[in-house]
Amino acid sequence: MIDGHLLRDLTPQVLGALVRRGADFAAAEDAVQEALAEAVRRWDGGAPDEPKAWLVTVAWRKFLDARRSASARVLREVAAHREPAPGPVGQADDTLLLLSRCCHPALSPASAIALTLRAVGGLTTAQIARAFLVPETTMAQRISRAKRTLAGERFEEPGDVRAVLRVLYLMFDQGFAGDESEEDLSAEAIRLARQLVASVPHDPEAAGLLALLLLHHARRPARRTAAGELVPLAEQDRSLWDTGMIAEGVDLLQHALAMDRVGEYQAQAAIAALHDDAASAEETDWPQILEWYDELERLTPGSPVVALNRAVAVGHVDGPLAGLRLVEALDPGLPRRDAVAAYLHERAGNRAEAARLYQAAAQATVVMAEHTHLLKQAARLNRA
Amino acid sequence: MAKYLLLKHYRGGPKPHPNAATPMDDWTPAEITAHIGFMDDMIEDLKRRGEFVDAQALAPQGEFVRYDGEGRPPVTDGPFAETKDLIAGWMVIDVDSKERAYEAAAHLSSAPGKDGEPLHEWLEVRPFYGEAPAVEE
Repeated sequence: MIDGHLLRDLTPQVLGALVRRGADFAAAEDAVQEALAEAVRRWDGGAPDEPKAWLVTVAWRKFLDARRSASARVLREVAAHREPAPGPVGQADDTLLLLSRCCHPALSPASAIALTLRAVGGLTTAQIARAFLVPETTMAQRISRAKRTLAGERFEEPGDVRAVLRVLYLMFDQGFAGDESEEDLSAEAIRLARQLVASVPHDPEAAGLLALLLLHHARRPARRTAAGELVPLAEQDRSLWDTGMIAEGVDLLQHALAMDRVGEYQAQAAIAALHDDAASAEETDWPQILEWYDELERLTPGSPVVALNRAVAVGHVDGPLAGLRLVEALDPGLPRRDAVAAYLHERAGNRAEAARLYQAAAQATVVMAEHTHLLKQAARLNRA
Repeated sequence: MAKYLLLKHYRGGPKPHPNAATPMDDWTPAEITAHIGFMDDMIEDLKRRGEFVDAQALAPQGEFVRYDGEGRPPVTDGPFAETKDLIAGWMVIDVDSKERAYEAAAHLSSAPGKDGEPLHEWLEVRPFYGEAPAVEE
């Protein structure tokens, strides 16, 4: 049997080796996929002693074969710098190099996520297609288009870490907000964030992002009922939270904050940590959470999502009417605005208005689990 | 085997059975859970029988859209008027007979609603166009 985890771990390393030898990204990625397919065929009796070296050799040969058949002229150019650069080059450098290319700002978030999952995550196109609930041919095209978009981009220097953080955040969120079948994208985002942190250990926002993901992921066992319905934070069975994961997230966050360069992911992680730290919903330290929302608002000026979430914290610290005044100043079309307003109206004792707003929020959401949850909130208030 | 579409409507179709008249936000939360659980169980059952193809639910908002000529933005009409037929979702099944398709539709229609009573909701059942048979005589 082939060790699938071994192949997945080696994928970005092999790809990095090819890119570093001067292969363009798209062709290198194709060559690595072919080498992996050959490994599956030929490693039946077990992996060779040096599986990475084996894969690099085979992938490089595949790359040269493809080039040879494509154009003899290109072959000469590649052959001129086919030897690896002298001196040791760390694998961590390759990870950042590949991640930042896959998360290139020229790509749409969906394309960047798909390409990252394949080129760095080592998932097959079929697996990625299943995660996004689209046909495999559709996902293959999306990945091909993404690679064409990147054709001609330079790959020697790692790109923007911030763009990588954003894509990993969205990848995680895809798994969190969506249906059951997508949830492994969250775990994948955490795995990639770990690789990123190992690659840029002195970037506090990378550590902040990993902390944020862990602090949310820790609540996953409590986030849905056995029937798959959403359970809001205040009603979750906190004994189901993964305390080991929370401890790891808090450690990472403290380490990041000690670098004294606060950023939006660290601030969000701090808010998540304060929620995770409360033994019950009633014991939540809302004043401190509000301080972090103030910080977050300063870091991301004009963000309506931050303003909406901050209104909830204001509702707990200064009373629901104070929170509602903030909500009412926001764009009526803002997603979840009605749901937040409903929550605050109920706390203010306006049950009928809360029910009406929950009903409106249920009609507006395009997430099935949220629709059901909001409808049940309206039903609960209408029945009482 | 033949494929059938079981189409669920938010509104439209023949006169609703009295059990299907109460809007969902007037049910209890437990009744909503039971209704959704019934449909999940039905999908599992179709999978076990080897008859399941697809099941999707549609959000109620949306608009009609059409082409309005070269260089012009699309024309929209909507949101959907309260009187218009509105599709809520569908199941696609691959079954041995039309009778089996109707049986599955009737089962879906029996999903519990208010007070746990069967909804008797109308389902639109539509056969897919199939392939021409390979054996011609």
